[in-house]
Amino acid sequence: MRIFFIICLTLITYSSSAQVKLLTLDDLEKRIAQGKDTTYVINFWATWCSPCVAELPNFEKLRVANLKKPVKVLLVSLDFKSKLQKEVIPFVKKNNIKAEVFLLNEQDQQQYIERIDKKWSGAIPATLFVNKKVRQFYEKEFTEEELKSTLLNLK
Amino acid sequence: MKNLFLIGFMLVSGFAIAQTEGYKVGDVVKDFALKNVNSKNVSLADYKDAKGYIVVFTCNTCPVAKGYQERVSALNSAYASKGYPVIAINPNDAGTVPDESFEKMQALAKEKNFSFPYLLDPNHIVTKQFGALKTPHVFVLSKSEKGNVVEYIGAIDNDAEGENPDKINYVQNAISDLSVGKKPAVTLTKAVGCSIKWKKG
Repeated sequence: MRIFFIICLTLITYSSSAQVKLLTLDDLEKRIAQGKDTTYVINFWATWCSPCVAELPNFEKLRVANLKKPVKVLLVSLDFKSKLQKEVIPFVKKNNIKAEVFLLNEQDQQQYIERIDKKWSGAIPATLFVNKKVRQFYEKEFTEEELKSTLLNLK
Repeated sequence: MKNLFLIGFMLVSGFAIAQTEGYKVGDVVKDFALKNVNSKNVSLADYKDAKGYIVVFTCNTCPVAKGYQERVSALNSAYASKGYPVIAINPNDAGTVPDESFEKMQALAKEKNFSFPYLLDPNHIVTKQFGALKTPHVFVLSKSEKGNVVEYIGAIDNDAEGENPDKINYVQNAISDLSVGKKPAVTLTKAVGCSIKWKKG
């Protein structure tokens, strides 16, 4: 009985806290560097950004279409850290988002915007296509087709 | 010869990029006439006694812009009488986002008691001249013999959430510098905002 209870508790904690991790830019750079031939499609979004929310399904389609390829879709939320429990995690659950979701754990917008891309104004949605050789940044919304062709034509 | 051609090409393409990217710090701004929420046109030249302007691209719907509404009002209260009025411009297209309509702008200005003009920019003409890319996006201008010169581009402060213990009031600081005849110490900042809702098609 006690074991059953512990298993239940573990399952509950796991399922309710597993979805959104905090991520610094150092973490992200490390992940890219260790990714070998993996191309990362990193979408910067927020729960309050309506065009971002509207294009999330396109990223899900891209993820599913590339499951067997060295492609990873990462959704990096720029919501305030204080909104993690109240807004971001419930949003991810409600929309049943399967891609890896993070909340950017950086204080200084001034610094991190430049570091992600020098040309970025800070407007979202924005998406970075990156692997060890290529780094292409787009301050725009993507359709499903555009995501597919941008990934294909990466060089 | 080949090198010369290359340099020429780089200059031309650099120029073309500069043309599409909007104003940089130091550029002279072309005046405009845009419809205010009271249906009268507003131009920079209307402000005969102004020493400069705080041009704020903002809108009805962006949560970040909304979070800054009171701070924009406070800037106008603090600086209009000192010669730096706020001119707010909505860069968004109501065809793309219905809540950005002129009527909704009027309602917002009334509800929030805007003490500054809130202008419509149909077809994004002024938005593109400035090179505004998001809301909120601020351009501080100073009046000079050359015309109205861009002195600062970027964010109002570095405290979107209102909880930063190391808050820096970029726009206030820029105007403090300008009003004592100095160039702003910080001329370019970045912050997260909402993309502009461009007209479709």
